[in-house]
Amino acid sequence: MEAIQSLAVQEAIEGFINQEVYLHLETTTGSYASLSGDDKIAVVAFIRNGKVRFHQAKITGTQPYRVGLKLEEGWVYAEGLTDWELRKGGDQLLLAGHDQEGQLLIALELSHHPFNYE
Amino acid sequence: MVKQILAIFPHPDDESFGKAGALALHAKRGDNVSLICATSGQMGRRMGNPFFANRETLPNIREKELMAACEAIGIHDVHLWRMHDKTLQFEDPEALADRVFKEIEYLKPDLIYSYYPEHGVHPDHDALSEATIRAVHRLPIQHRPTIYGSAFSKNCKEILGLPDIEIDVSEVLEHKIKALRAHHSQSEVILKKLDNELERHPEKADELLAPYKKEYYWTYKWSPASA
Repeated sequence: MEAIQSLAVQEAIEGFINQEVYLHLETTTGSYASLSGDDKIAVVAFIRNGKVRFHQAKITGTQPYRVGLKLEEGWVYAEGLTDWELRKGGDQLLLAGHDQEGQLLIALELSHHPFNYE
Repeated sequence: MVKQILAIFPHPDDESFGKAGALALHAKRGDNVSLICATSGQMGRRMGNPFFANRETLPNIREKELMAACEAIGIHDVHLWRMHDKTLQFEDPEALADRVFKEIEYLKPDLIYSYYPEHGVHPDHDALSEATIRAVHRLPIQHRPTIYGSAFSKNCKEILGLPDIEIDVSEVLEHKIKALRAHHSQSEVILKKLDNELERHPEKADELLAPYKKEYYWTYKWSPASA
């Protein structure tokens, strides 16, 4: 992955509009967060291969970036995105937010085919 | 006598962090060591520093790292279940126990290494250790293998007491560190700190490496009700 260039990402996400696509969205504190302090809890949200259809998509902000996808009856959004990669000849768009040690904090990914870790 | 050892852990690297020494000692003595790794560590947050993995490539990278770590430890029998990381807790516990039971029936271990139920901190650790207990419990008590549980919850010593098994793994320290290094994507940040400290304070090597030379386990105790 490499640092997000917003114009290129805008173009890439628009390649997924008005069709059924597969969504991977996650954010996590890590499961060991509870060891770092009494008041700390592990918080994770995860969806993989959810099918969505959006007609509007936008990347905004400056490093880190936000991405919002407007669904017919709802929204998907992610904040804290720093890096991106287009894989498999454009079939998959990966967006992720990493901290300074390279740890993943959030991921938003879109694919025309189900994600299967290939 | 050659012993059959079975390590049952959910993630690639669980067998190495805090446990590679005991397993390497078994291998060195000629015991047969098998490993069940239930997931491919798909949900790991560490991607390398600087990152070289992404969410989609991570599991394949971690499986390769695991094989290299097992080589360093001396584990030549690795069972990859490839279940999805972080989801073990949501599986049917009996079905998970069935899977463990089949492996136990086949491998007939004398000793099992696992996390200690309820003290593994990570939900996958607890789900798999509980399934392991459930599976072993199906055997008559005189046929049950000993289970060494690894615990690191904040209150583990309060609840379980001090670990009854303390293993000096100094003689295989090199293998253990090699196994940890093999988990490049996951261990780099930690080992980089250690390497820097060792370089800056070579006189403190003993002190800095001390935590790696000892491993602690709690022998699983069957409650009277579950005996």
